[in-house]
Amino acid sequence: MSDTILSMRSITKTFPGVKALSDVNLEVLRGEIHAICGENGAGKSTLMKVLSGVYPYGDYEGEISFDGEPCRFGGIRDSEHRGIVIIHQELALASNLSIAENIFLGNEQATRGFIDWNKTNAAAAGLLRRVGLDENPVTQVLDLGVGKQQLVEIAKALSKEVRLLILDEPTAALNDEDSAHLLDLLRGLRDQGITCVIISHKLNEVLAIADTVTILRDGRTIFSKPTTELTEDKIISGMVGRDLDHRFPPHDPQVGEEVFRIEDWTVHSPTQHGRLLVDKANLTLRRGEIVGLAGLMGAGRTELAMSVFGRAYGANISGRIFKDGQEIRLRSVREAIKHGIAYATEDRKRYGLNLIEDIKRNISAAALGRLARRGWVDDNEEYRIADGYRTSMNIKAPSVSSITGKLSGGNQQKVVLSKWIFTDPDVLILDEPTRGIDVGAKYEIYTIINGLADQGKAVLVISSELPELLGICDRIYTLSAGRITGEVPRAEATQEGLMTLMTAGQEAGE
Amino acid sequence: MSLAPTNADLAVDPAAAGADSGSGGRRRFSINLRQSGIYIAFALIVLLFTVLTGGDMLAPQNISNIIVQNSYILILAIGMILVIIAGHIDLSVGSVVAACGAVSGVLMVENHMAWPLALVLTLVFGAVIGAWQGYWVAYFGIPAFIVTLAGMLLFRAITLTILGNRGIGPFPDAVRTLSNGFTDGYLGNVGLGVLGGADLFSVLIGVIAVAGIVVTQWRTRAGRVRYGQAVDALPVFIAKIVVAAVVVLFVVVQLARFRNLPWVLVLLAGLVLGYTLLANRSVFGRQIYAVGGNLQAATLSGVKVKSIVFWIFVNMGVLSALAGVIFAGRLNQANPTAGNQFELDAIAAAFIGGAAVQGGVGKVVGAITGGLIMGVINNGMSLIGATTEQVMLVKGAVLLAAVAFDVWTKRRAGASR
Repeated sequence: MSDTILSMRSITKTFPGVKALSDVNLEVLRGEIHAICGENGAGKSTLMKVLSGVYPYGDYEGEISFDGEPCRFGGIRDSEHRGIVIIHQELALASNLSIAENIFLGNEQATRGFIDWNKTNAAAAGLLRRVGLDENPVTQVLDLGVGKQQLVEIAKALSKEVRLLILDEPTAALNDEDSAHLLDLLRGLRDQGITCVIISHKLNEVLAIADTVTILRDGRTIFSKPTTELTEDKIISGMVGRDLDHRFPPHDPQVGEEVFRIEDWTVHSPTQHGRLLVDKANLTLRRGEIVGLAGLMGAGRTELAMSVFGRAYGANISGRIFKDGQEIRLRSVREAIKHGIAYATEDRKRYGLNLIEDIKRNISAAALGRLARRGWVDDNEEYRIADGYRTSMNIKAPSVSSITGKLSGGNQQKVVLSKWIFTDPDVLILDEPTRGIDVGAKYEIYTIINGLADQGKAVLVISSELPELLGICDRIYTLSAGRITGEVPRAEATQEGLMTLMTAGQEAGE
Repeated sequence: MSLAPTNADLAVDPAAAGADSGSGGRRRFSINLRQSGIYIAFALIVLLFTVLTGGDMLAPQNISNIIVQNSYILILAIGMILVIIAGHIDLSVGSVVAACGAVSGVLMVENHMAWPLALVLTLVFGAVIGAWQGYWVAYFGIPAFIVTLAGMLLFRAITLTILGNRGIGPFPDAVRTLSNGFTDGYLGNVGLGVLGGADLFSVLIGVIAVAGIVVTQWRTRAGRVRYGQAVDALPVFIAKIVVAAVVVLFVVVQLARFRNLPWVLVLLAGLVLGYTLLANRSVFGRQIYAVGGNLQAATLSGVKVKSIVFWIFVNMGVLSALAGVIFAGRLNQANPTAGNQFELDAIAAAFIGGAAVQGGVGKVVGAITGGLIMGVINNGMSLIGATTEQVMLVKGAVLLAAVAFDVWTKRRAGASR
């Protein structure tokens, strides 16, 4: 067979009290694209941190050899010196600096101690051509979208004479078009002889681009196989250790009468004057019904939801909201909660949780008044309520006095859902409720959503994953460029049909 | 579209889940250390100076002095800890103390207004100052650092406008008693064996305070047990109560042997109790922590963020006014340079007492302890004849060390993730 560029043998990495990696092996061939798949906590990031020297030699057991030579990296600089560059999921760009400055950050193009800007910008321009990014090198990074920032990161890696490029969830934040471009670029780099390791959860992408797939589970290597021998189902069963016949819990909807309706809902951008984010949207929710809202990134899904939720986002909002047939005005989040509306954000760490506070205080945060008499909180009652949710929602934590920042994504999401359920809402808007949580926890979240519907609540689920919407929703709206372009009952919905509606009118809109 | 689990959550280190359970024992220990470290440090500092001063540190008169001399800083620290928990800062309190002292002087001394009315009007004046700053911070969105830096100059300017270059005094006896005076011997003296005579009323108050601590702590514990919550093991619980009781009784007895209870101590005890309850148990107090912990999450949970921040500054203004009156009463003069650098002491007290720079963390009792640490260092070092620059040096080092310790324990907790 062709030669091995990277070989990691019997890697074991122990944190106090836990083995994060246990005897992991990874063989990467020269010039291939190698995908690493695994659930949250499977050890993927830890393995890459071992490889890139974040955990220095001596901090782990096992052998690494790169290009036939053994490696004992003391830090990231050592691994980069050998041509191993890692691009993290959270991009590490200084947004106030220009593209060229970012590319050569820490590697400044200087002549006699002074930065040579002509040299810097010319070299940057050359690298941008290689990654297919048509931007001026002096443009500030904050003016670029996420997709373009990702390309700048790759250009930065290329400037370091990269030989092994590691990408951690490169397409997680990208829309389909940018993802496709990125994957094309990776193929191009492979043809130029750069080996790539990508960590990804998007199995369709993995199958489309990777030559070899290695599966990690619970800190162990499960298998490493050529992509040609694999299917999505095989990868999933390798990741979770079981066959996923039932990704979605069965649900028999009991749909009642209308509980919530918006008419001609129009929202403008708070930052860009006159830009329309949501354009005369109409939407109806009924009791006991789970309704999906599908749309590509930038379609205005979150903007629609947050503007409805007490004008938490957007400017120049117009339109009418009806609750139980009565028109209501929601001028603040407080009023929205009082009217039985709940909105669980897509970004739970930034907008959903107080990460330095414990579980019980997060759960009570949106309805503290329910626990209080004359302004004084009954903290025993708070504990009891929170502990009830810990049990019923299966929040895995030693107690409700555990700090939320230390929980896994799935458990954090359950805390967020508990918080909103405790406000006793009639309408729940769940924005990307399963983003960033592993397969098992997703199933639990779906079960919770079904339970909410069974209690007669209306649930609006916003999601980027069409299979998820198809799996749990009774009805799906599609949103494209701020306009509702379709309303499809579950029985008639297909991925292709929804995608057509989600892209409808985009060209006309521009 | 992907059929796969999209996992955007790799920022959470895979070791997190396991480490939580695995290193639970050590983590609990370090959390305890972080929470109780301040009290242990306080005890050690008191012990150190007691040894260095050959016991003078804990002499009846000296304990009384420490309380009276630091009362206004402690009052400011209570307001400051709330401001800092909410994620803000107030640099203007020293100037507000001066301005309010000046206003009270004009009302009480120059206009011979009845002192209770003048006190209330001064507190209202402090509230107006707080509202002014709260408006710019909360509703206009200017960082508190800037608003209160401006306030520092503005209110000093107002002070100088009111007072010119002179002081106003003397203050009414009632105000001086509040700042400097002691409770009367209402019930006569009681003999305490080798300790000699002590004021019976003061001792009784101390005993009642201890009884109050025991009863409330026991009821809290019983309530938690009833709800199946984790509580301290009984011996630990009893040990804590005994330590608290001994400390309270010791201080009270020493004071009773000297000149009875300082009125400011009574006032301070009331403030500490009230604000501790406010911070822990009231909806308003809880929401301060929510705002400081994650502003966006609090906003999206329906917390009236702006109103909370506004009222916190109003509260700071009122407490600054109170400190201003007490300070003026203590000097028996409203002075244009009053309150100089008080803001630094109050801020240092809050941070030494365990507040986090990012907000969301802090305790009223912690800030008081932080303030007392500074006070004990001031007092102890002057007792052993240290120079001003030496005191400054030590206080600076203590502040840095306290925050460094906090950052270190946090990082250690983070590293085990």
